[in-house]
Amino acid sequence: MSSLTYAVHDSMTMLRRNLRHAIRYPAVGLGSAMMPILMLLLFVYAFGDALGAGLGGGRDAYLEYLTPGVIVMGVAAGSMSTSIAVCSDMTEGIINRFRTMDITRSSFMTGHVIGSVVQTMSCMVLVVGVALGLGFRPDANPLEWLAAAGLLAAIAFAVTWLSVALGLISKTVESASNKPLLIQFLPFLGSAFVPAGSMSPGLRWFAEHQPFTPMTETLRGLLTGSAIGDDAWISLAWCAGIAVVGYVWSRSLFNSTSKR
Amino acid sequence: MPMPMPTPSGERGAQSAAAVSVTGLRKSYGDKTVLDGIDLRIPAGTVFALLGPNGAGKTTTVQILSTLVAADGGQARVAGHDVATAPDAVRAAIGVTGQFAALDDLLTAEENLLLMADLLRLGKREGHSRVRELLQRFDIADVARQRAATFSGGMRRRLDLAMTLVGDPQVIFLDEPTTGLDPRSRRTMWDTVRSLVAGGTTVFLTTQYLEEADQLADRIAVLDGGRIVAEGTAEELKARIPGSHVRLRFTDPAEYERATGALPGAALDDENLTLRVAGDAGLDALRALLDRLDTAGVRTAGFSVHTPDLDDVFLTLTGQGTAQDGPGTPLRVKETHR
Repeated sequence: MSSLTYAVHDSMTMLRRNLRHAIRYPAVGLGSAMMPILMLLLFVYAFGDALGAGLGGGRDAYLEYLTPGVIVMGVAAGSMSTSIAVCSDMTEGIINRFRTMDITRSSFMTGHVIGSVVQTMSCMVLVVGVALGLGFRPDANPLEWLAAAGLLAAIAFAVTWLSVALGLISKTVESASNKPLLIQFLPFLGSAFVPAGSMSPGLRWFAEHQPFTPMTETLRGLLTGSAIGDDAWISLAWCAGIAVVGYVWSRSLFNSTSKR
Repeated sequence: MPMPMPTPSGERGAQSAAAVSVTGLRKSYGDKTVLDGIDLRIPAGTVFALLGPNGAGKTTTVQILSTLVAADGGQARVAGHDVATAPDAVRAAIGVTGQFAALDDLLTAEENLLLMADLLRLGKREGHSRVRELLQRFDIADVARQRAATFSGGMRRRLDLAMTLVGDPQVIFLDEPTTGLDPRSRRTMWDTVRSLVAGGTTVFLTTQYLEEADQLADRIAVLDGGRIVAEGTAEELKARIPGSHVRLRFTDPAEYERATGALPGAALDDENLTLRVAGDAGLDALRALLDRLDTAGVRTAGFSVHTPDLDDVFLTLTGQGTAQDGPGTPLRVKETHR
């Protein structure tokens, strides 16, 4: 077998391990679906009328506006939970066992990343299901659905690599669970819940230039037909950038801790 | 892979027969020197015990030899491969059981073992049969479908060692394998180590228990303050400290005085009314000693024969004061009661 086949084999073994964890302890995974679902219910039923009025519609108009934003937020939040799993592996003995075995070093991280993407995407199916139940009526054609899934997978992939790095720099599981909060709440300061144009000038500038706004706008465009413009490319560029930074950072952290 | 035959203990075999060879190994963390130039040579197919108090550098040695940590200086070869330049080849030849069980708590015992089989790329059929065999051998077959998190300390260690053995490694590192185990689990672990060596595996173990080193190891090195302060077989180490003696205890000072007169060479302990008579503890020597006491009409209140054990060696070699003593200095014996 070539080293690439080894890498794929080892990563798949690690992936099976992580998916088995996820299936056996669905609470963690379902937690990342619960948050966006609760957000949907809260914002639609508590604030929906008022916020919808601001958009020139009602509760239904707001549901249509909100759903893509909540999905993007859910993907970001779900991906960030990887840092907890990574940190918990790093603080337990099992990582030293992996490190003294003749296996592809990166497989530990790739297993976590792919596992997390699979888990996050399944959660999003659940979130979309709930949104549809609440009356969300997207006008996307199959190709647009596929593009939407691809976009979400790209976001999940990128944010998860960042999350792996955050898990690796955390010394305890508690600190690993706190670090991602910043990224989880970044979508609030974007166009996920209200249009960036309605914000105060400073915040508006921030919202227009942070990564989750173009991501939200692209998904919104794909699902509800609003204008996408350059946002698609900007989103993909952000994903690529975040993924590269997360990957390079993670790899250097993982290799340096092994020489500790 | 065929391994060279084990060399008889005490005899230096060919270089190729060394499962582990270490020269001038150094490691420090910041200002703290953990290993200050250690040399080791372990013939294949033997058990080697690295004995030392907490903080002596035992775990660091294992971490370096198992490629977890890079050394600052010196050379280390394991199973013929350099740990610094060919870590993957070393990893392919070794199994490591650390101080803390390296299990996946969320998986069952069987799944933990299958995870190892998969990572070793054993193939489905071979992996399953190996796992079944290890579950039986380590007496965890009836709890194979339970999560590792529910296991007792002894069971965790057994599963941990079973995971180490899935790949049938040539060299096994056991870092304090019985620390925290009850006596029965400890015996089981010892039996396992013995059966591994019988099968040709080389075992490198660290321990703070002298009895363990005495029971298992072909050769023992005593590590203290980052240096090897003694190395040899258990017998050789015991021979490094003064030999056996007989202790005579008295309750009556008058009897004590009389005995002192009858045994002029004895070491005195006036405070405890105890005499220490050096010499071998053979039957004839004992009979002669008792005859002399009889002739002098001395009545002893207590009598014990003391042969040096590894505790004496350990305390002597790692105790305070040894740092200043040069190699040729007579070693002081600290009394231990058996």
